[in-house]
Amino acid sequence: MLSLRGVGKKFGAIQALTDIDMDVYAGEVVAIVGDNGAGKSTLVKILAGVHPPDGGTIEFEGNRVNIVSPADSKELGIATVFQDLALCDNLDVVANLWLGRELTHGGSLDEVEMEKRSWTLLRELSAKIPSVRTPIASLSGGQRQTVAIARSLIGEPSIVILDEPTAALGVAQTAEVLNLIERLRERGLGVVLISHNIADVQAVADRVMVLRLGRNNGDFRVADVTSETIIAAITGASDNAVTRRAAKTAATSMVTEVSE
Amino acid sequence: MSDTKSAEPTQDATASTVATDLQDERLIQNSGAGGAVRAFFIRVRGGDLGSLPVVIGLIVIWAVFQILNPNFLSSTNLVNLTMQCAAVGTISIGIVLVLLLGEIDLSVGSVSGLAAAIVAVTFVNLGWNPIASIVLALAVGAAIGLVYGFLYTRFGVPSFVITLAGLLGFLGLQLWVLGPSGSINLPFDSFLVQFAQQWFLPQWASYTLVVLVVAVFAWQLVSQARRRAKAGLSAMTTGSILVRSIALLVVLGVVTWYLNLTRGVGAMFLFFLALVLIINYALTRTKWGRAVFAVGGNVEAARRSGIRVNRIFISVFVLCSTLAVIGGILAASRLAAANQSSGGGDVNLNAIAAAVIGGTSLFGGRGSAFSALLGIVVIQSISSGLTLLNLDSSVRYMITGIVLVLAVIIDSLSRRSRRAAGRA
Repeated sequence: MLSLRGVGKKFGAIQALTDIDMDVYAGEVVAIVGDNGAGKSTLVKILAGVHPPDGGTIEFEGNRVNIVSPADSKELGIATVFQDLALCDNLDVVANLWLGRELTHGGSLDEVEMEKRSWTLLRELSAKIPSVRTPIASLSGGQRQTVAIARSLIGEPSIVILDEPTAALGVAQTAEVLNLIERLRERGLGVVLISHNIADVQAVADRVMVLRLGRNNGDFRVADVTSETIIAAITGASDNAVTRRAAKTAATSMVTEVSE
Repeated sequence: MSDTKSAEPTQDATASTVATDLQDERLIQNSGAGGAVRAFFIRVRGGDLGSLPVVIGLIVIWAVFQILNPNFLSSTNLVNLTMQCAAVGTISIGIVLVLLLGEIDLSVGSVSGLAAAIVAVTFVNLGWNPIASIVLALAVGAAIGLVYGFLYTRFGVPSFVITLAGLLGFLGLQLWVLGPSGSINLPFDSFLVQFAQQWFLPQWASYTLVVLVVAVFAWQLVSQARRRAKAGLSAMTTGSILVRSIALLVVLGVVTWYLNLTRGVGAMFLFFLALVLIINYALTRTKWGRAVFAVGGNVEAARRSGIRVNRIFISVFVLCSTLAVIGGILAASRLAAANQSSGGGDVNLNAIAAAVIGGTSLFGGRGSAFSALLGIVVIQSISSGLTLLNLDSSVRYMITGIVLVLAVIIDSLSRRSRRAAGRA
């Protein structure tokens, strides 16, 4: 659905992204992982239209496109949920969901229709929001994330980009958000998931793309890759604390097996 | 264990008949009259005070002054009170708007004085048609707001500083426009002065208006309840609508009857009320109003949702200055003169204090057009009561200052408890 070829981005003397290739298909969750400074956020910002790319091509459904502003990205049907969610605490859930896209009825806001459709959307996502008329401030972190994701769906996008949706969430809330991501895939959307958490990635992603120092450093199917391989690709070495520990436990288990 | 199992199917059966928005089992159900009262107390305890403090404050102030001077609550004095509210109250509506964005306009007093000077000079000295004078003053007000908005959005200068400069600058312009004479009287037979001093609604018209307002209010509630019921959402019950409508009818009816004992409802006060209702509609029922609250709550979120944030800032600064101009013209008309002290003295601070006392937060994103009305009634009640007690402006300033500090303390405290109760 979306494919990037040879995309690069420079900030002053820093080459943040070099020759990035990436594909997103409908009904698939692709995770982007990488160290701090690997270029994940820059890549997201290019797709969201916050920073225009310096080079390379972006194709959307087979047509070459230019994404130079957030409006371009939105128009293509790419919805981005940023890490800080960008919700208005003083407004209720309905107002936040429809912010900037309010439905009107004879010139004034159509609160009834907006509330009805909000419920429909939240039900489809099996979201657990007790009341859509409470201010965002009274919701938990997971519920806010749900509202932010639901809001991205109001514009009927075909691709949803989630920037670290599970950072700063508890166990139950993380599970809630991961369920939500599954549901987005069931709706046939292409989902791009940026995460630091390998466990989350393995739980929901179909494919994982590793960035390292602004370059592609591996593209794996989650089904046939271990977390060690992913971590090795992220850090660029197969020798680190995680692999050593893995090797050690493997070795000790072998020893115990032998001794038995 | 078996109990819960047997209970499950029945619960499912009831769930399908419950409105879509009330199905979550965690939601505390507050239905019926008792529920409404309970919900109100929960809200207040959570720090969502709304206009409760100001209403209580008003009752206390009125009770104290009535005890000190039995003329305070006389119809004559209350009619005077309504007429004194209109001018500064109109300015205060503009302040509510800028406060909703978390900004401030300190120059409204000077701008209102400038408007008075422009109208007086062009109408009296140059012999213009009064309508043309008013249009010119309004245009100047809009231009001032445009400049503020431009400076704010383009250069990011804090509104506090821009409007502080405006406070001084437009005071200078006002003195320059007035010229050496320094004071210009408006003719008593002009419609401006007539409107502000002499025009009162005939009794039949005032009661018809009350009935009309209540009818519109009830019709709105009924049509909304019908649409919500049709959409499968919880709707207000007919009984509740009836109670609210009758309560409104009683309040408006009694106030109108009491004012009608003497001169009645002034045209200028009615004009002020209409402005409050219009701005309230714009704030609560239009995309623009929603955008104002969003920008006041979280500018970045508003920007990312595609709201043109700069336009919202500019439109609000323009409206605020324009409302200040209207307030200035009303004040000059009531005084039947424009002079060097028009818009000076406590006008500025009264307008800002009224908005805050009325319950609009200084921190942005929270408030209502009605706070201008409630706040100015409080301030003018204090002023009128102290005048009746023959105390001069020194005491009035001090007491208004204390009330303002109380209002800001209530604002800060309720903000804190809203945070704690998750209603920030």
